[in-house]
Amino acid sequence: MANDPGSLRTALGRVRFLGSAKSGTHHAWHMRVTSVALVPLTILFVWIVASLAGQDYNAVRGMFADRFMPATVMILFIATSAYHMMLGMQTIIEDYVHDEPIKTWSIMGNLLFSILVGFAGLFAVLKLSLT
Amino acid sequence: MSEVERRRPLSPHLQVYRPMLTMMMSIAHRITGAALYVGALLLVYYLVAAANGPASFATAAWLFGSIIGQIILFGFTWALFHHLLGGIRHAIWDTGYGMDHPAREYLAQATAIGGIALTVIVWAIAYMMR
Repeated sequence: MANDPGSLRTALGRVRFLGSAKSGTHHAWHMRVTSVALVPLTILFVWIVASLAGQDYNAVRGMFADRFMPATVMILFIATSAYHMMLGMQTIIEDYVHDEPIKTWSIMGNLLFSILVGFAGLFAVLKLSLT
Repeated sequence: MSEVERRRPLSPHLQVYRPMLTMMMSIAHRITGAALYVGALLLVYYLVAAANGPASFATAAWLFGSIIGQIILFGFTWALFHHLLGGIRHAIWDTGYGMDHPAREYLAQATAIGGIALTVIVWAIAYMMR
């Protein structure tokens, strides 16, 4: 959106009447929904990790055989966290990265990283729980 | 850009403000959030190692059980609790409550102290449960 040096149009004139981006509240709203969901999920997650701490392989496998706690709670925590952290990191990138190509690549990298972390965690929990 | 546009005022940035607790908590909320973003790799590594089998699980258990591993996990726990309480504080503010000066100072202090207290309590319980 670099301003053409030869143009007499002002920055306001170029964008006026184009309308909003149509998704202004989407990001902020999803941030809040995931935040609220993560309050109980994080408390349960800490409880699970504290129970797993120092346990050997067979004990950990035994615990994950329980389908609700930890398995389902862990899946909900990982999925919600992955989305929440993707939204949060995008805000940080948009605040500090002003170069347009670097910003676009960073937001894409953020999305891919969050998806990778989320799905790797989900598949691991499913395998631990179901096999 | 024209000369007129170049000289338009910019909003003042962080360095012009006197450091305040609420401002520090805001910065800490963002830093802990970014730390947890990276820290998510620790959780995924542990789960993938456990799903992979006893050999890779033993490596992960050794890493997390080492002194450095324990220090990193302690820091992760604090970041998680600090960010959790910071999130609850922001949720309270979203409803319109706690915006006046004494309330927001109290909420900031509660976040700072609560994050440390919950971390110590959880680690104490986790060690006692072993």
